[in-house]
Amino acid sequence: MNEAVLNGLNEPTMKVQSNRETEDSLNIEYTDTVGQPLCDDPKISTRNVDVFYADNQAIHDVSLDIGAHQVIALIGPSGCGKSTYLRTLNRMNDTIDICRVKGQILLDGHDIYQKKQDPVLLRARVGMVFQKPNPFPKSIYDNVAYGPRIHGLTRNKAELDDLVEDSLIKAGLFQEVKDRLHAPGTGLSGGQQQRLCIARTIAVQPEVILMDEPASALDPIATAKIEELINELKENFTIVIVTHSMQQAARVSQRTAYFHMGRLIEVGETDQIFTNPSHELTEKYITGRFG
Amino acid sequence: MNNTDIVKQSLKKRYFKERLFKTMGMLSIVTAILFLLLLLTDIFTKAWPAFIQTRVELTVDLNEADLGIDAQSDEQAIMSADFRKPIRAALLNTFPEVTKRKQKRELYSLTSMGAEFQLRDMVIENPQLIGTQQTIQFMADDDVDAVIKGTIDRLLPESDRRVKNDKLGWIETLEASGQITTGFNWHFFAAGDSREPEMAGIKGAILGSLYTLLVTLALSFPVAVAAAIYLEEFAPKNRFIDFIEININNLAAVPSIVFGLLGLAVFINFFSMPRSAPIVGGIVLSLMTLPTIIIASRSAIKAVPPSLREAALGLGASKMQSVFHHVLPAALPGILTGTIIGMAQALGETAPLLMIGMVAFIVDIPQSVTDPSTVLPIQVFLWADSPERGFLEKTSAAIMVLLFFLIAMNAIAIYLRKKFEKKW
Repeated sequence: MNEAVLNGLNEPTMKVQSNRETEDSLNIEYTDTVGQPLCDDPKISTRNVDVFYADNQAIHDVSLDIGAHQVIALIGPSGCGKSTYLRTLNRMNDTIDICRVKGQILLDGHDIYQKKQDPVLLRARVGMVFQKPNPFPKSIYDNVAYGPRIHGLTRNKAELDDLVEDSLIKAGLFQEVKDRLHAPGTGLSGGQQQRLCIARTIAVQPEVILMDEPASALDPIATAKIEELINELKENFTIVIVTHSMQQAARVSQRTAYFHMGRLIEVGETDQIFTNPSHELTEKYITGRFG
Repeated sequence: MNNTDIVKQSLKKRYFKERLFKTMGMLSIVTAILFLLLLLTDIFTKAWPAFIQTRVELTVDLNEADLGIDAQSDEQAIMSADFRKPIRAALLNTFPEVTKRKQKRELYSLTSMGAEFQLRDMVIENPQLIGTQQTIQFMADDDVDAVIKGTIDRLLPESDRRVKNDKLGWIETLEASGQITTGFNWHFFAAGDSREPEMAGIKGAILGSLYTLLVTLALSFPVAVAAAIYLEEFAPKNRFIDFIEININNLAAVPSIVFGLLGLAVFINFFSMPRSAPIVGGIVLSLMTLPTIIIASRSAIKAVPPSLREAALGLGASKMQSVFHHVLPAALPGILTGTIIGMAQALGETAPLLMIGMVAFIVDIPQSVTDPSTVLPIQVFLWADSPERGFLEKTSAAIMVLLFFLIAMNAIAIYLRKKFEKKW
């Protein structure tokens, strides 16, 4: 738990609630998802998640564990609900008025949808990188410094400078921009912008990073750099990545979850999913028969 | 006939339509520019004489006996001294042949009524002038002014001419001896309104407009932007908010005179606020400007890409932080443009201000927002309504000043837009 985030927001530390119900729900059998949706040491565990847009159900009864310090890829055809599912994990869906989430989503065993949970605090712990690079129309430095500044993570300018530099190094961007930290972030190339967005996210030192098709707007070289970066980041962060590219999922992830029509069809080790899928739908999708 | 031929045949028609549309577009632009030029030329040709002042040079004898004061007199005494006497004496000196009472009166009207105040102000400034002889350029009467500028035709028969032969003769004598001069009319920008065209100035109206707009801006900008942000970013989507939205749009369409009636009934009659004052005018105009700024601000906020909000929220910014750190700066060019358009509208607004008494004849230059004053468009209206020939040019000159301020405000709007616009 990042103490500085807590202090910066004057949030009371979360109370450990009774785990009885949680433990019970861990033992439920999920007959409709094949593979291993659950794992021993989950960072995030979701149980029976339903998501509705007004009367439209976008996610049906998804139960999935996300292990700490690993990369899990969410794949599936367009409109299968993988982005919607991803956005439930840091409550970005709250910004959509008609969106309702049912079920249980636990981060380190605490329900993130309970009333006491502050979405602002949650998003400081669960960062997000979006499909289209969206740097602020500010300088590169200010882009990275924004998160630490609003949360009050650093005590002085020198610390902030270090944090910015450190985040840019981790995002593999520092060498390219060190001479123009005060140039506008929007002037970078698409791939650089996306790495800037990643740097901005890790500057807040979250525990989980959600990535929503982070390379879909980039060329192959920029994509390779992002993938390399993801591999390095999993040392320190838990990463959930939504991707349209199965090769990408195969390259970066340890586990893969296949979504179809709002349902979680199959979850397993990435190698197993791509070489020996158990479910017919998964097999059809990865062999390119639809999607 | 194959496909290529069919396409070829239709091409001719398509290109013709395109040419036709281009020509019509060009025509409409040319027409608009022509009318604009016509308007500007008309105003400019009518207005330029107002920026030139005709002066009569006279040598006045400021002797202590005639004035009844000396160099040691206090301001109060100088204020009440009769400065008409030396000017009249100087005129009689120049034309000793004038003896008859009626003729004398005609002679005295060569200089403006304001000449004595001009002399008085000079003496107050420098009491050492008392007891000396001074050659001073006095403001000429509007008839003399008109003759010199050619608005009164000297060749007309006497019966059709406003300036009779005697006076015309004197004017020509003064002209021949070089005692009539012309120069830039600074007085026009330094004085308030007057019944005498040559003495009337626009400063009172400019300041009145300025004070009114300041009040309008101070009230409408923060309220409108806050309302726009709330409605766009925070308000729940329900019927009550829809109802408010509809009413804001309705408010934008309410005839402005209705706001004037409201101002009269509520602010003046009920709250007993001062009549004819910029503060009331400003409040009334801000009611009128509010919906304009709200609507413009809302569309500017709506145009901010949602990815920017998501980026901020994704980093753990609160709603408020995402709005004030990112959405508002990005929407600022649009908000400012909307505000200045609203202000320009308020600057040109006349009807509601008529209702709250800003149409009064006010000579004094307002010193604060509670002083009675008038505004530029109403000054135009007042002068256009005056029978004296000299006010015709003043009317056009006032329109020019008004247009100048409007153009300046639009230029500021464009500048701010360029300055704050950021690309992403």
